[in-house]
Amino acid sequence: MSKELIRLRNICMAFDDEQVLDNINLYFNDSEFLTLLGPSGCGKTTTLRIIGGFTTPTSGDVIFDGVRINDVPPHKRQINTVFQKYALFPHLDVFENIAFGLRIAKVPEAEIRERVTEMLGVVSLKGFEKRRVDQLSGGQQQRVAIARALVNRPKVLLLDEPLGALDLRLRKDMQNELKRIQQQMGITFIYVTHDQEEALTMSDTVVVMDKGRIQQIGTPEDIYNEPKNAFVADFIGESNILDGIMHEDYVVEFFNRKFKCLDKGFAPMEPVDVVIRPEDIEIVPADKGRLVGTVTSVTFKGVHYDTIVDFKGYKWLIQTTDYHEVGEVIGIILNPDDIHIMKKSEYSGLFGDYSSYSAEYDEINDPDFAEEDEEDADDED
Amino acid sequence: MQNKNPVIAKVLNVLVFLFLYLPIAVLIVFSFNDSKSRTVWSGFSLHWYQELFQDEEILSAFSTTLTVSVLAALIATVLGTAAAIGFHSMKRRPRHLLLTINNIPMTNADIITGVSLMLLFVFTGNLLGFSLGFGTLLVAHITFNIPYVVLAVLPKLRQLNPNLGEAAMDLGATPWQAFWKVLMPELRPGILNGLLIAFTLSIDDFVISYFTAGSEVATLAMQIYAMTRKRISPEVNALSTILFITVLALLLIVNFREMHQTKQAEKRNKALQKDGVKGGAK
Repeated sequence: MSKELIRLRNICMAFDDEQVLDNINLYFNDSEFLTLLGPSGCGKTTTLRIIGGFTTPTSGDVIFDGVRINDVPPHKRQINTVFQKYALFPHLDVFENIAFGLRIAKVPEAEIRERVTEMLGVVSLKGFEKRRVDQLSGGQQQRVAIARALVNRPKVLLLDEPLGALDLRLRKDMQNELKRIQQQMGITFIYVTHDQEEALTMSDTVVVMDKGRIQQIGTPEDIYNEPKNAFVADFIGESNILDGIMHEDYVVEFFNRKFKCLDKGFAPMEPVDVVIRPEDIEIVPADKGRLVGTVTSVTFKGVHYDTIVDFKGYKWLIQTTDYHEVGEVIGIILNPDDIHIMKKSEYSGLFGDYSSYSAEYDEINDPDFAEEDEEDADDED
Repeated sequence: MQNKNPVIAKVLNVLVFLFLYLPIAVLIVFSFNDSKSRTVWSGFSLHWYQELFQDEEILSAFSTTLTVSVLAALIATVLGTAAAIGFHSMKRRPRHLLLTINNIPMTNADIITGVSLMLLFVFTGNLLGFSLGFGTLLVAHITFNIPYVVLAVLPKLRQLNPNLGEAAMDLGATPWQAFWKVLMPELRPGILNGLLIAFTLSIDDFVISYFTAGSEVATLAMQIYAMTRKRISPEVNALSTILFITVLALLLIVNFREMHQTKQAEKRNKALQKDGVKGGAK
């Protein structure tokens, strides 16, 4: 087991009267790739800034390697950051950008040359030494930002939505690249994103946050397969979420029918949220199904069809590779491991209803947009 | 409507410019006049310029102007830059309030600024035992220069990536190092613009200087004024010409620098956008 490197203990943060972080308790292991995942305004960037030392928490402790570092300024922490918009130094070329930290630390010239060259190799930017940073593409600037941070051999690298400004294709390439770099350097990466796919692809551990609270911590598989509440189930992938009643261990009732499931440990007749992933549902002819419904909408998505099926006025999303036309009456079968039971939470009833389904899924809300708009308005006056 | 009568429009334009610049042109031409006459041209000569550089009073006024302008511009640049950085890091509301306060002296009539500063200096001078002179003149100049420096530096601050300073500190720089090594190179063009504007304003200021310099010290502008009251000599023409050319040159430099910087910024933006497309094709 790897050792614990950073611990956040009872961290609370408030800006003016707004509570941004509400009692965060979290630890980070050495050499782990951990992702803070959540919608904009959930407190993930604030958490990152607290670890980096740019923001001081209202209360709580930041422990690094067993030492409380609340009052240690950023330039004295063995932590480096890759900022959202890179924040490269425009007046320096690629080499000098990467060498910046080493020059501040007064590393001998020969060693600077050696280490910068080595880092240029790691981020595949050999031959770009003398380029001005504003002559680089977004992806290349991103690599310079990573090299500039890693050349200082930090114990932890913080990344704040580093791929947010790149287009989809480049983003996929950089995801693999980042994972490779992390394994090659063997250091802890703490990664902030609102992109659930990115989080699942790269992380060893995912921390799902909302409203300044941690909703769930786990491996990508845990988070996807065993979501703790309706928020997590809905935020990570697509989910049908229904009201159910747990009759006894392994038996749940919804739509007035009893189903076998794999969950236990609930009180008898406890109301619960039932999660059924759209890709787990098996469509069968109407006479063979446990539930029977009518197809109301079909959207071709490439790999599968998004099929909306109406069960007694409650609409489900089913992802299937077989085409079923609108108006067709179909049956479905649910196996015990297709059903996941969650305790009721403040999020119950808010998510997982496809009655107002649109083929665009939920728009991913990009935190940049709102902020930039505000800044622009600011600049004009 | 604009095209209805292009001839009249052009004539009007010419008249406006004549009205504005003819007096100055006449002044410049007659500063090279050989005789003392202000109406009859009697040949080219640098006579009045020679006179000028032998006149003790004028030379002293010249050195006062230069000293006060250089000092006031430098000090105002330091203070104004610091103020701009302070304003920039403020929240929206207090920032707007302070910026408005910053802008008032610029729109305020010089005479009000001059008289009020004089009253302040006389009042505090009585209390602390100093009188109007070079010191009060310098302070007055610094005061009216600062708002212009703030306005020159603020746009550069807005263009900065907000994480730039944090990035430097993240890489081990102390806040002071981050300022000098990262923020300063980015702000330098704006700061230089501010310095030049401040210097120009100081060189040709008359009203505020007149009220705050006291009776012992005089700037060039004040000297010209005094000369026109005592004896009207073509020396005034020569001196005015020098002042006019200097200020014009400085203004041209400032404007060209700003134009160049805007173009540069546009180029950079365009290049960035192009790179974005390139990144996409990759």
